[in-house]
Amino acid sequence: MTNPVSVRDLTVAYEEKPVLWDADLEIPAGSLAAIIGPNGAGKSTLIKAILGLVPTAAGMVRLFGEPYAKVRKRVGYVPQRGSVDWDFPTSVLDVVMMGMYGRLGWVRRPGKAERERARECLREVGMEDYAGRQISQLSGGQQQRVFLARALAQDADLYFMDEPFAGVDATTERAIVAILKRLRDDGKTVLVVHHDLQTAPEYFDWAVLLNVRVMASGPMAATFTPDNLQRTYGGRIAFLK
Amino acid sequence: MSPEFVIALTAALAACACALAGVFLVLRRMALMADAISHAILPGLVAGYWMARGPNVVAGFLGATAAGLLTVWLTEALTRSRRVKEDTAIGLVFPALFALGVLLVSRFFSNVHLDTDAVLFGEIAFAPLETWRIGGRDLGPTALWTLGGLTALNAGFLALFYKELKLSTFDPGLAAALGFAPVLLHYGLMGMVAVTTVGGFTAVGAILVIALIIVPPVTASLLTDRLPALVALSVAVGVAGALAGYGLAAFWDVSIGGMIVTVLGALFGATLLLAPRKGLVAQAVRRARQRRQFAREALLVHLATHEGTAAEDRECRPAHLQEELLWTAAMADRAVAEAQSAGLVAPVDAEGHLHLTDRGREMAAEVSRK
Repeated sequence: MTNPVSVRDLTVAYEEKPVLWDADLEIPAGSLAAIIGPNGAGKSTLIKAILGLVPTAAGMVRLFGEPYAKVRKRVGYVPQRGSVDWDFPTSVLDVVMMGMYGRLGWVRRPGKAERERARECLREVGMEDYAGRQISQLSGGQQQRVFLARALAQDADLYFMDEPFAGVDATTERAIVAILKRLRDDGKTVLVVHHDLQTAPEYFDWAVLLNVRVMASGPMAATFTPDNLQRTYGGRIAFLK
Repeated sequence: MSPEFVIALTAALAACACALAGVFLVLRRMALMADAISHAILPGLVAGYWMARGPNVVAGFLGATAAGLLTVWLTEALTRSRRVKEDTAIGLVFPALFALGVLLVSRFFSNVHLDTDAVLFGEIAFAPLETWRIGGRDLGPTALWTLGGLTALNAGFLALFYKELKLSTFDPGLAAALGFAPVLLHYGLMGMVAVTTVGGFTAVGAILVIALIIVPPVTASLLTDRLPALVALSVAVGVAGALAGYGLAAFWDVSIGGMIVTVLGALFGATLLLAPRKGLVAQAVRRARQRRQFAREALLVHLATHEGTAAEDRECRPAHLQEELLWTAAMADRAVAEAQSAGLVAPVDAEGHLHLTDRGREMAAEVSRK
């Protein structure tokens, strides 16, 4: 069976300076994978390059054996919370419904069925009471839950999430982890940009260690080794541990 | 149709078309781009007229739209070069294109009627005079047709791509990932602003048209947190400003365009002050209430902390509050008086001490737990 994520020689450069160099990646179905690496390692860039959001200098990306454009509807994306305009005049429910825009396609508007589904997704992240709330009134953790609800509404088989744990409270972090694990148990594949080395082995079962190059990628236990971390983080790892 | 009615309708339609074009421009924080486009389309307009060998509506629209899109593209290319910031890029591009337009006018149209005053300040008073004729039949004033068409076009664009514009404005990353071509939408929107600007010329001229595009959505955004209401209110504010502006201009016999924009400015100012939740007055009232509540809570907690301690004699006197909580005498007096009238603090006793009532003690405990 083809892997949900298959990347070969993916290279991204800003003004001739490589930020992602020759990345090879195979993520098997049903993985809950963490993309781990120091600041500036190209973690977000890896996700964005796979989804065609930044221009790539070289490389090939196949999702479920197809180019991304052919399987958009099977792929969910959660950008960094800070990348959107939270003062935008809209409600929580409306943001969750945006997850279904891809399935609706151009011009068609969401209707009653989409509204119902969006409410279900909000319930799953414990935010059903906030459906009518203006989004600027949410806390960081609540914003992230809304984003997660929107991802659930995408109803994808493969998810890319950019730092879903950034700036959230402990309760939200636990809630997000529970949902990620449930997605995995439902047979979905989830790739998450993750910052916290302490929690990585506990939350995830697959690790991608990245520092401009892919330093290691594989099952968590075999990959998340002091040796590999040392190579990924250089001297800084001693201080982190 | 009486000339007055034609002028009023022209102004209202121009305001409609501009407000519709402005909503997403303002939401995308690109208000300055409207300014740039409105100036930079001059060379496009002139080139269009030159190719059509005279002032021709369609050629003018096409040329102006092309110049508008060129402005956007040049600005973005300059910004992408990372040598200049976006606001600087805008400031570089539009005077250059405008200057080119001025040169073209003076070179090719020095002896033709292409009135720069009309371009800059509008010619709405002449709207009833120029009528559209097809095969000898008089179809009514041209301005009504073009501005009515623009309003329909803009309303159609927003209605058709409402969901796509919303997503790509709120979350460009997801919009791109889902395949909604944010760049295409962006240029679509910018093209809409460019043609609308040309239409707006007729009403108020190239400079004041910016106000018709920007002021209504900004005013509306102070009144609502919902996108559909924002669109409706923008149109309402624009039309109200246009009609009231025309009425006042006729009354005082002053420039119609100038008066419309002045009225819009006044509407914005009044909304900024008086908007129910987001207005400055509402905000000041809310702040004052919070400050008073905080003062009361600080007083209660302070009294509760020192109640029955050795320091009580010193701490629990009204005069001490000033140094302890860094309050002015007036603030201290007011906080004490309010707490007393709310039954939270007892009147000053014989030794000059302040004491909490039972309810005040309860509330202090509650506040401390927060």
